[in-house]
Amino acid sequence: MLPDSHGRFGPYGGRYVPETLMPALLELEEEYAKAKKDRRFQTDLAYYLKQYVGRPTSLYRADRLTKKLGGAKIYLKREDLCHTGAHKINNAIGQVLLAMRMKKRRIIAETGAGQHGVATATAAAMFGLQCEIYMGTEDMQRQALNVYRMRLLGATVTGVDAGSRTLKDAISEAMRDWTTNVRTTHYILGSVLGAHPYPMMIRDFQAIIGKEARKQILAAEGKLPNYLVACVGGGSNSIGLFHAFLGDHKVKMIGVEAGGSGIVSGKHAARFSGGKPGVLQGTMTYLLQDDNGQINLTHSVSAGLDYAAVGPEHSLYHDQGRIEYTYATDTEAMSAFDLLAREEGIVPALESAHAIAEVVKLAPTLKKSQLIIANLSGRGDKDVQQVAKMRGVTL
Amino acid sequence: MRERHKASTGRQRVTSGSSPITYHSVLTQNRLDTTFRRLKDDSKKALIAYLMAGDPGLAETEQLVVALEEAGADIIELGVPFSDPIADGPVIQQAAERALKNGTSLRKILASVKSLRQRTEIPIVLMLYYNSIHAMGCEEFCKSAKAAGVDGLIVPDMPPDEAEPLKKPADATGLSLIFLLAPTSTTDRRKLVAKESHGFVYYVSLTGITGSKLSNVGDIHDNIKKLRKVSGSPVAVGFGVATPEDAARVSKMADGVIVGSAIVKQIAAHQQDPGMVGHVAEFVRSLKAAMVPA
Repeated sequence: MLPDSHGRFGPYGGRYVPETLMPALLELEEEYAKAKKDRRFQTDLAYYLKQYVGRPTSLYRADRLTKKLGGAKIYLKREDLCHTGAHKINNAIGQVLLAMRMKKRRIIAETGAGQHGVATATAAAMFGLQCEIYMGTEDMQRQALNVYRMRLLGATVTGVDAGSRTLKDAISEAMRDWTTNVRTTHYILGSVLGAHPYPMMIRDFQAIIGKEARKQILAAEGKLPNYLVACVGGGSNSIGLFHAFLGDHKVKMIGVEAGGSGIVSGKHAARFSGGKPGVLQGTMTYLLQDDNGQINLTHSVSAGLDYAAVGPEHSLYHDQGRIEYTYATDTEAMSAFDLLAREEGIVPALESAHAIAEVVKLAPTLKKSQLIIANLSGRGDKDVQQVAKMRGVTL
Repeated sequence: MRERHKASTGRQRVTSGSSPITYHSVLTQNRLDTTFRRLKDDSKKALIAYLMAGDPGLAETEQLVVALEEAGADIIELGVPFSDPIADGPVIQQAAERALKNGTSLRKILASVKSLRQRTEIPIVLMLYYNSIHAMGCEEFCKSAKAAGVDGLIVPDMPPDEAEPLKKPADATGLSLIFLLAPTSTTDRRKLVAKESHGFVYYVSLTGITGSKLSNVGDIHDNIKKLRKVSGSPVAVGFGVATPEDAARVSKMADGVIVGSAIVKQIAAHQQDPGMVGHVAEFVRSLKAAMVPA
């Protein structure tokens, strides 16, 4: 079972953090191991996931989309139906419960699109914990709605005006806060990134997506899907869907990165198309970097995919060829966004629209008897304003 | 205790007085070890001055190194700018941004150190994030750094647990790998850091990032006492040492005092001023003057 005791997924992962954080990471690893075996913790987690988050989320057969694309039968795993509108809450609830066990009453988190920030602020409010969210100022502009939502939920939202002013810089600032306040504060990282045990723990909290989907597709179709498709920013919704199927060797998996303005333009966040291994923010993984190891600026229409590194477990599966990684450009994601809205009455998050964009390419090449499950990781309400603005529509 | 030196390189270990000091090679005596020994013999403490290489430019960095040595700095810690410095506060982050903007790179910094070596023998320690090393490759990096005249390495995002790929080439070339110890470190971690650290142990005075305010000096004292029980290496204290008063207080308990953000701030404030080097040297002189022998 990966990772190994050093938090390694093959050559990737590990714990590249300042010494000040090492004891906290070791404590977290130990506490998580205990919680995992603790029936009470698992019962609590299951309770909140069911009654508060609204799990299990449905596996919806998208008939009109299927018909339109004229190939494989398409199912959508409806994480957009989770409370707060995205899969991020699965992890936030799990980690808030852990923070309570560790008697840490202050929660911090980073956020890109704002979905993880909203999920964390929500979970913190529900348990009465103090909460501070770091967010790049560029992201605060394009996700203004989520900024206000977090504030409504009682969180302090702190803008980060360094570097590219996006997710990467928000993570660095959250790590600095954690370094300073580590004795009283738990850092709820939002994706399968950072130092061990985060990539493992967050994967475990998100793996419920795939566990449910596997049961649901077997119940609906009596067989496993041919393809799983999900977008990959840090990679938590994708690993969440894929994990339960890793042992099913016939199930193919496709992770969709942000192609931005195209790979040639250099303005993208497709780590597996333009990156190489290195260390950023606690972990060894594929990074977009220059020859001197400086981290490149990234670009994507979707704030949640706009990040220079990818979860270390993905790097291993990439090298092994277990998961195929491709990308969708901003333009492709935008037309998938429209397509899903019009054909299925679902406005997807711009992140999830990248997965749909791949389905648009893939489904017509497959037989009607074949099955695709795409992870609809979040809903698009948060993106409506941005999309309108991009199209010159004043609301 | 440091068997891997003997095992891997067959080099000698020389001890002096009560504090065991490792020489990577008798032929190329490590400037760090020599400096700490000399200061100890004179009952003095080391002033370790941090500069962000390339801020405002590498030519100025070279001038600063020479001027700060004259002003009383015993060791220079040269920061290598990185785009995402997670252990650093805003002062050093901004200095890194300035340095990167004017094209500073690790290779250019090593060339600068090489040229400095014609003018000074002051020990030079690089502080750099692991990705800068990884991008060049650990072996090539260690060889180039040693050839340029670098004496030691501080890698703030590489705890001893992750240091394996760097240890061997660092040992083989005779670069001292200096690890950080924090107020949050447990007994086990203290032992690990003490065992793995060469040259000196970098004690982080506070739970926080560089440039924070120095807090509880009593805590520093207690932690250094605990560290001395498991380590014979010199201990230098950094993070938050900003004023001559801070330097005076810290120098009473440690073997070395590291001043970073406060110096970088001076450089930033006098960026446009032709007398910048003189101003910074004056500040360093005031730090050193405050560090009276115990």
